[in-house]
Amino acid sequence: MAGDQANRLTSGGLIDRSTALSFRFDGKAFLGFKGDTLASALVANGVKLVGRSFKYHRPRGILTAGSEEPNALVELRSGARREANTKATTAELYEGLEAASQNRWPSLNFDVMSVNQLFAPIFVAGFYYKTFMWPAKFWEAIYEPAIRRAAGLGRASGVSDPDHYDKAWAHCDVVIAGSGPAGLAAALAAGRSGARVILCEEDFVLGGRLLADGGTIDGLPAAEWIARAVAELTAMPDVRLMTRTTLFGVYDGGTYGAIERVNDHLPVPPEHQVRQRLWRIVAKRCVVAAGAIERPIVFAGNDTPGVMMASAMRSYISRYAATPARRIALFTNNEDGWRTAETAIAAGLQVAAVIDARPHVSPAHRSLASKGGFPVLHGAVSSVDGGKNGVRKISVSLTGGARAEVEADGLAVSGGWNPAVGLTSYHRGRPKWRDDIAAFVPDGAPPGMVAAGAANGAFGLGACLREGFEAGAAAARDAGRSGNIGSMPVADDEAFSISPLWHIAGKGKAFVDQQHDVTASDVELAQREGFQSVEHLKRYTTLGMATDQGKTSNVAGLAIMAAVTGKSIPETGTTIYRPPYVPVAIGAFAGHHRDENFHATRLTPSHHWAAEQGAVFVDTGLWKRAQWYPRAGEKDWLESVTREVKAVRNGVGFCDVSTLGKIDVHGADAGAFLDRVYINAFSSLAVGKARYGLMLREDGIVYDDGTTSRLAEDHYFLTTTTAKAGLVMQHLEFCRQVLFPELDVQLTSVSDQWAQFSIAGPKTRDLLKEIVDPAEDLSNEGFPFMGAREVKLRGDLKARLFRISFSGEMAFEISLPARYGEAMARNLMVAGKPFGVTPYGTEALGVMRIEKGHVAGPELNGTTTAGDLGLGKMMSTRKDFIGRVMAGREALTAPNRQVVVGIKPTDKGRHLRSGAHVIPKGETPGPDNDQGYVTSVCFSPVLDQWIGLGLVERGRERIGEIVLAHDPLRGEDYDVELCNPVFYDPDGGRQRG
Amino acid sequence: MRITCPFCGERELGEFTYLGDAKPQRPAADAGEDAVYDYVYLRDNIAGVMSEHWYHGGGCRAWLKVTRNTLTHEISAVEAAAGAGAAKVGA
Ligand SMILES: [Zn+2]
Repeated sequence: MAGDQANRLTSGGLIDRSTALSFRFDGKAFLGFKGDTLASALVANGVKLVGRSFKYHRPRGILTAGSEEPNALVELRSGARREANTKATTAELYEGLEAASQNRWPSLNFDVMSVNQLFAPIFVAGFYYKTFMWPAKFWEAIYEPAIRRAAGLGRASGVSDPDHYDKAWAHCDVVIAGSGPAGLAAALAAGRSGARVILCEEDFVLGGRLLADGGTIDGLPAAEWIARAVAELTAMPDVRLMTRTTLFGVYDGGTYGAIERVNDHLPVPPEHQVRQRLWRIVAKRCVVAAGAIERPIVFAGNDTPGVMMASAMRSYISRYAATPARRIALFTNNEDGWRTAETAIAAGLQVAAVIDARPHVSPAHRSLASKGGFPVLHGAVSSVDGGKNGVRKISVSLTGGARAEVEADGLAVSGGWNPAVGLTSYHRGRPKWRDDIAAFVPDGAPPGMVAAGAANGAFGLGACLREGFEAGAAAARDAGRSGNIGSMPVADDEAFSISPLWHIAGKGKAFVDQQHDVTASDVELAQREGFQSVEHLKRYTTLGMATDQGKTSNVAGLAIMAAVTGKSIPETGTTIYRPPYVPVAIGAFAGHHRDENFHATRLTPSHHWAAEQGAVFVDTGLWKRAQWYPRAGEKDWLESVTREVKAVRNGVGFCDVSTLGKIDVHGADAGAFLDRVYINAFSSLAVGKARYGLMLREDGIVYDDGTTSRLAEDHYFLTTTTAKAGLVMQHLEFCRQVLFPELDVQLTSVSDQWAQFSIAGPKTRDLLKEIVDPAEDLSNEGFPFMGAREVKLRGDLKARLFRISFSGEMAFEISLPARYGEAMARNLMVAGKPFGVTPYGTEALGVMRIEKGHVAGPELNGTTTAGDLGLGKMMSTRKDFIGRVMAGREALTAPNRQVVVGIKPTDKGRHLRSGAHVIPKGETPGPDNDQGYVTSVCFSPVLDQWIGLGLVERGRERIGEIVLAHDPLRGEDYDVELCNPVFYDPDGGRQRG
Repeated sequence: MRITCPFCGERELGEFTYLGDAKPQRPAADAGEDAVYDYVYLRDNIAGVMSEHWYHGGGCRAWLKVTRNTLTHEISAVEAAAGAGAAKVGA
């Protein structure tokens, strides 16, 4: 039976019979054709059982032929590319395709977990909530793992996705969702009027339902009309037809999300190509021609393999020339369902019976039945008898009470059509009910969007073409395009009549949501237990919450809810619709932004040189900074860092500090501007001088600090911390543009333009003399502490030199155009060789700043005031500045605030750790006695012990006091002494020398 | 969502940073603590049309005053801050 395409018709279908494709399902080899989906190829090979259900592990077959499929979910591919929950109904067949069924163990045919069916009473609605309420810790340890083994969908690959994903923008006048008759007609009208059009079709072939249902348009068979329309559209330069692309969401300002499955139809994407591309499409107008989804009728055994949507059965027979059954019964409550009987007869299949729930059947269908030799039964299917091998027998309750039985191996079901109202409802829109078609239709749509054709409840072919064409023309017109739209494609409208029918009560499980195994009795139980709102119903029963988002189940679920509550369907209402319309892989949202490309990486000007030196790098924001430079024989980082510190303190070293934010401040009012943004004065700063500045937020808390130099009367050079570089620029622009527009001042970010090195240590001048022009005076008189000016380097290059010191040593910072940064590092190494020059990293920088008691990020932590940092005296009383008034508030000036103080363990061998809390001696550690904590620590080579800075209540008044460092995280308690935060050279003689 | 920057034209949301209510005016230096307190902490958060500060950090670095409906995200006006744009040197 299987493997030989025994269920393939000998002719017809949109398949390429000259290209046979071999594939494997659950390890077994099969053949299919190009143009098949995995589902159609399985149908052609007589495979009915394709999976086990989520909760009860019931055997399931293929229900639909599209992206609404709840059952036929497979694991596609293997290894790292294994993708769970792939719909067999949309997966294109390719040579070598491998797929495996889900939710079965050990095999699909013999599934141990199907005993779950015997325990069905415990799996009722709300069972998770009821059964596993207590104790909470059992949930993670016991319940959830067990449930996940028993229930649950496919398995993730567990390894990194080897493929690439892309993100792209597109702009157009009109975006169209769907390429059925309405979509193509919309594209023709919009394209002809000169609009820039993007049409998205999730299938790999254009045509929508026309591909299965055919018809006559403009006197041509549907296939020929599609070919003509596509040829015309393809010839238009501003029309883009995108197949394998689903428009999945609408966002503010006419932005649409679309997922293009670029290479999902190949085993592996071609080299340098992506698997999927996420599109953000900006369109002035959107036409939703997404069609409608046929809905099931709920009856006992409606999940038996072989029970299929009537339209899906037509798709398999007409489009794929594959027959889901040989002897087909049809159960319909509407006119459209009859098409399946017509299609089956045309294909030479047997029709066992048509069960029609309506009181009247048209004369044309009566004569079809008599010609086809099958009975028309008025009534409804009450149950299906069958199992994993398919349908055997169908029981029918006839109108009037009698019963009948029909022998068939397939049952086609049509409960009517639900317009695809997702896209039109995504801005919290609620669709409205139409009695004549017994369905929800869009009631308005997000701005710029309109639904047309079946998506709008117009089911006739002629109406689809008309609505699509008119919507396309109007959209183009609204977008300002006025070309000649030519003539509208014309077709007849089929009659549509329906007698609403949702659920036939009876014995046995009747499924509403097949993917989440929600039955009609679950819905009724939820109502009895008080879950009356549809939103509660959804969450209590999980109806519509699976990967198919209830495309085939939601309306039936709320119709059953309406029936048991005695309300109408519109009174019951729908749940809120949310994007995405189809599942979108996280990989597509991430695009290229993963692994090392998760964010941009910034390299300092001397990075490549530092890498050559074997530097260890640390990530600080986007930057990679040299943390230390290990040398052969050093046993750990501490040994390297200690060597670097000693080299600076005793000789000379240099460090790339280009990551500091740098801003040029120009203008006649530059000084006045800085006076307002810093707590201290800068208008009084002499040209050629630098000054340390502190900025507050308007609420009085410290924002940032840095050194700012006056290079000319109307030109300051401002530096920020590395972390705040961008934010300070934004803040200063706000001050300049919004708060103080009257000032004549301009800001230019020059962070990337200048390479900056700190050169520090007693031999700094000796080294600098080798770098700068001999004519430059670097003596204490010619270039005093806090001097700042432009200098000429040997070789004529100009640089800026600042005599500032973070390390506490005699030091300069040199600034030169960034492109010379690497050369400068190499130069310093060569010129500094006689003086033992040592490059140092951010760790040594940090050690020296702690030894000097300079505050940094851990102390400028968004809670501290200038006073807390010991810098309160810098606050000018002679001018207004940002944060001045709020900084004076009682709580921010209270005497018991936690302030910066030095901390060192009384036991010199003790390792001080940041985060340890400060508790008064003799008190019990706890929140009541907590007086602060250690913010920064280092091993001080100068003091030969661990030291630190901390924020401690009244710290400055308690110098010399012994307190307890309490570190519950590491389980440590030890005595520390509060001390002057300036551990090294407290009178600053070295940096002035 | 897109904002039409007066200097750069229509640009995508990702280029902008949001600050909030644009109505409060920074009080004069002698306005007193209560006035500054109101300015710093009392911000409107309107469900409806609101005047807001946005920063075009991914473009021209202009601060903009954007009139936006916070319910629909519809933007009805965008104007540059008083001090945005070119220098007023010599003015
Ligand atoms: Zn701009």
